[in-house]
Amino acid sequence: MVAPAFDYVAAGGYDEAVRLLAERGDEAKILAGGQSLMPMLNLRLARPGLLIDINPADQRPPSLNKGVLRLPALTRHRVLLEHDLVRRGCPLLADAVRHVGNVRVRNRGTIGGSLAHADPTSEIGCCALAVGAEVVARGPGGDRTVPAGDLFAGYWATTLAESEVITDVLIPAARRRQGWSFLEMVRRTSDFAIVAVAAVVDLAERSAAIAAARVALAGVADRVVLADPELVGLAGSTADEDLDAAAARIAGSLEPADDVHASGAYRCRLARVLTARALREARDRAAGAVP
Amino acid sequence: MTKRQVMLHVNGRDHETWVEPSDTLLDVLHDQLGQADVRYGCGEGVCGTCTVLLDGEPVSGCLTLAVQAAGHRITTLRGLMGPGDALHPLQECFLRRGAAQCGFCTPGMVLAALDVIRRLGRPTRGEIRDALVGNLCRCTGYTKILDAIEEYADLAAAQP
Repeated sequence: MVAPAFDYVAAGGYDEAVRLLAERGDEAKILAGGQSLMPMLNLRLARPGLLIDINPADQRPPSLNKGVLRLPALTRHRVLLEHDLVRRGCPLLADAVRHVGNVRVRNRGTIGGSLAHADPTSEIGCCALAVGAEVVARGPGGDRTVPAGDLFAGYWATTLAESEVITDVLIPAARRRQGWSFLEMVRRTSDFAIVAVAAVVDLAERSAAIAAARVALAGVADRVVLADPELVGLAGSTADEDLDAAAARIAGSLEPADDVHASGAYRCRLARVLTARALREARDRAAGAVP
Repeated sequence: MTKRQVMLHVNGRDHETWVEPSDTLLDVLHDQLGQADVRYGCGEGVCGTCTVLLDGEPVSGCLTLAVQAAGHRITTLRGLMGPGDALHPLQECFLRRGAAQCGFCTPGMVLAALDVIRRLGRPTRGEIRDALVGNLCRCTGYTKILDAIEEYADLAAAQP
């Protein structure tokens, strides 16, 4: 198919992009890596009148300062996969991104674009929830910070205002005694996840007990979801049985819908099995037992 | 929409051409500039038949706008062939191994394979398979493609 005709403007900076968005309202779309938007245009699932290309707006590399990993919105998936600061500051994300698309998608796709696209099976959105990331959104009134947990509003929808653009993603850097795991089930490599799970486990300083655990899931609702901390409830635990029980509680709270890829019941089962495995791997990694 | 004039740098040559803002790089390379080795397969970035190198990195021509490619270095498979369209050594391996049947996917396969070899030196068969998940072939069954790429990777690794 061929995309419907649209106009195009290259924004030299985020402020220019925000101004254009404010002027052109809902007929304009931001073009970042284009690896989701361009297929939607080619399939005529979206018909914007204007594309605002932000690729010329920002050339900053990732940076790590005072325990915060700052990823500019245009950071490509390839960079997430390979950059030393990302591998050190957020190894969960660096690992998960290998599941995203194919080589060409990872060369162009961006972290800001992925979060703004808000796909309910997004590996990147799932990781953003698990690590407690925040996005910086620029609007006509300036910048504001939005926790990932408040960003997603439903299928391909965010809580960002029409004239806001994501400029940065801020991630608390990985700490000592912290472990992570990312697991997903797909029918074929590079497909959208049927279910994906990201887990981050902090161990107590002087014992093998879990101090805190966070679990996020993709493919189980109309958006990526962070498991309720009360359901996870693993503080003080160490045993496999506790992790399995937490996984069962989390999966039991989900109500995924049936679709052509999988039934809701199958997704629930995957959520339980993958969460249990991810929690074990994250715990073992925190203890230094897994590289 | 208004057409605009862009300068596209393709395989070492500059082409001045008029494009619609919504024209993809694939449209312009194939339909206007006669690059028959860049092909429309799926239009969704999944099949890899429109693969080109943008500043040396593989991208989908169907998901890149022509206006975005202006000012960047664009390389198609023909840009890697020798004088007089002499075959690239990897193309020779494809021929020798019977890795091209209809040949529609071959340019994208070759570009993707050269990219993983450039990055990893001598990738394992598994690493080659991972690098080619975005390149679909509907005739060979992939085995001979992987054989050809491994043969070339061995040759390339043996070169000083």
